[in-house]
Amino acid sequence: MNTLRGIAASQGIAIGPAFRFRQVDLRFERYTVEDPAAEWARLQAALETARQQLADVYARAEAGSGARQAAIFQAQALMLEDPELLEMARTSIEGQHTNAEAALSDAAETYARMLEALDDDYLRARAADVRDVATRVLRLLLGVAASPTAGLTTPSIILARDLTPSDTVLLDKSLVLGFCTAEGGATSHTAILARSLGLPAIVGAGPGILEIPEGATLVLDGSDGTLLVEPDEEVVTRYRARQTVAATVVSQARLRAHEPAVTQDGHRVEVVANIGNVEGAQTALEAGAEGVGLLRTEFLYLERTHLPDEEEQYRAYRAIVDVFGDLPVILRTLDIGGDKELPYLDLPQEMNPFLGLRAIRLCLARPELFKPQLRAALRAGVERNLKVMFPMVATVAEVRAARAVLEECRAELRAEGQPTAGEMEIGIMVEVPAAALMADHLAAEVDFFSIGTNDLSQYTLAADRTNAQVASLASGFHPAVLRLVRDVIAAAHARGRWVGLCGELAGEPLAIPILLGLGLDEFSMNPPAIPLAKQIIRALTLDTAREVAQAALELDSPEAVQALVRERVPVADVG
Amino acid sequence: MMSEITLTVHHQVGLHARPAALFVQTAKQFHCEIKVTHGEKEANAKSILSVLALGAEQGAVITIRAEGEDADQALAALKALVESDFGERE
Repeated sequence: MNTLRGIAASQGIAIGPAFRFRQVDLRFERYTVEDPAAEWARLQAALETARQQLADVYARAEAGSGARQAAIFQAQALMLEDPELLEMARTSIEGQHTNAEAALSDAAETYARMLEALDDDYLRARAADVRDVATRVLRLLLGVAASPTAGLTTPSIILARDLTPSDTVLLDKSLVLGFCTAEGGATSHTAILARSLGLPAIVGAGPGILEIPEGATLVLDGSDGTLLVEPDEEVVTRYRARQTVAATVVSQARLRAHEPAVTQDGHRVEVVANIGNVEGAQTALEAGAEGVGLLRTEFLYLERTHLPDEEEQYRAYRAIVDVFGDLPVILRTLDIGGDKELPYLDLPQEMNPFLGLRAIRLCLARPELFKPQLRAALRAGVERNLKVMFPMVATVAEVRAARAVLEECRAELRAEGQPTAGEMEIGIMVEVPAAALMADHLAAEVDFFSIGTNDLSQYTLAADRTNAQVASLASGFHPAVLRLVRDVIAAAHARGRWVGLCGELAGEPLAIPILLGLGLDEFSMNPPAIPLAKQIIRALTLDTAREVAQAALELDSPEAVQALVRERVPVADVG
Repeated sequence: MMSEITLTVHHQVGLHARPAALFVQTAKQFHCEIKVTHGEKEANAKSILSVLALGAEQGAVITIRAEGEDADQALAALKALVESDFGERE
């Protein structure tokens, strides 16, 4: 048995054969054809099939993973029927008797280079699309496997260097037991996809996984990032037992998804969802969410060419709060910075965007960005339970400044005769260590806190979560992070404020007993994690949770903390 | 029949992305031959790749030339598209 380790990216255990997701070899011969007309007909037949394939993946992308991927395939479809590209290929076949593979590939390469030479990031990125289109046609001309997933016929664990959105759309998800990638971090596309599908995944496991023979039996533990290759029968049996226990807990959890999360001794906490758009709102409600603890608003700003105006934002927020009726929805104001390409904002490139002008800092510096969002939120909150929180707050002065802008917006709306939300709770994300340490002062300024453990962990441990080489350092289970969480909750409760947590930690089965024991009031997570989180809370007493939390705070590593919870709270060991 | 018009692209991303796709899709609805020039570069208006390769950014001045029986209708449609900021101006 061989053991490999990577970053635990999506919880759960997968047991099954290895399947290598590989780019096929598309090298071809260059030769002179005798019958150019027949060669041109051969190319046209391949183009026609490629068109049908693209229409098919477009439809699948639109139905499955959303408009962004679908737009990529739509642009590719236009390229596939591009008259100039086809004319160049035809001239080469008919004029020089070039074979179809070489003619198409040369024409595509000419345009790819032309686009790459332009001084524009967007256009340079389109070069990859031209090549992708050419690759699709080449596969057909060469008669090689229709896709990198051909041969995937039994449920398997997918091994890959890394997966892109256009790769994953090819995968038949019913044949995927789990994912393991050599590259990528906790926020890579694979990790996000796996979590949204509820499949276990490990990322950043290193190039060694690409040496694993196809069909080898694997055990993938997405909760601790371990991949076992050809494990002994006994080991497999042990993991199967854990899988069965987990399946029982999970099915119990599903049955009771819509019941509240109350401990054995009657302590109730709120379990709510992290969402990023109106479709997510519906999914969250179906999963048993008691509201929204984090509404990410970036979806309105990304992948577009101009700033969303107040009216568009109002309609989007209103559509979401309407799904939840009287249940609370916490809107987080814009959380972006120099790492995102927003052509209409013209953000300066920064050496270190995560320590730069981002989130509340950017919004306070650019009122023309901030005010339409706040005005839209104030309007969307009318007769609804909408709350607003500001991200990346580091100082008391920032909270006061942000609240002042909000009040200014409210006064403006009133003067215009527009209805606005009456009592609206205002909170902040606690994700900068300075804010955690100053929580007693900040609690005087707001109605609630929401702890963002993803950023709090990376800022506390000075480790970039997207850098596979150091990502494992930034664990929310680290006692350094847990101690900050303890202090934030204590400071807030001393002032009568409530505290939520909307980082990945809130939905981690092993973290739930600790957070409950530290007195957390609201757990906000990705919708698929909700039923299980509630079920774990139901299995505990507050006293047990407090004891586990106390003991965890005294340990010296995240591994020790996880081991402690596994031992003390077996029901939480269901990953 | 040959006609020509000169326009300024005001759209924030220029003749890229969605605007470029809309431009090409509009041009394809007509039978006439349509050429777009930007500076020294010339493109076939029905070819997404050559339109993208013009690199026409916000503020670019483009000339559209159409030849064929529906040339006037084609130019009118493309003019309306560009001047409405590709349908994004209310």
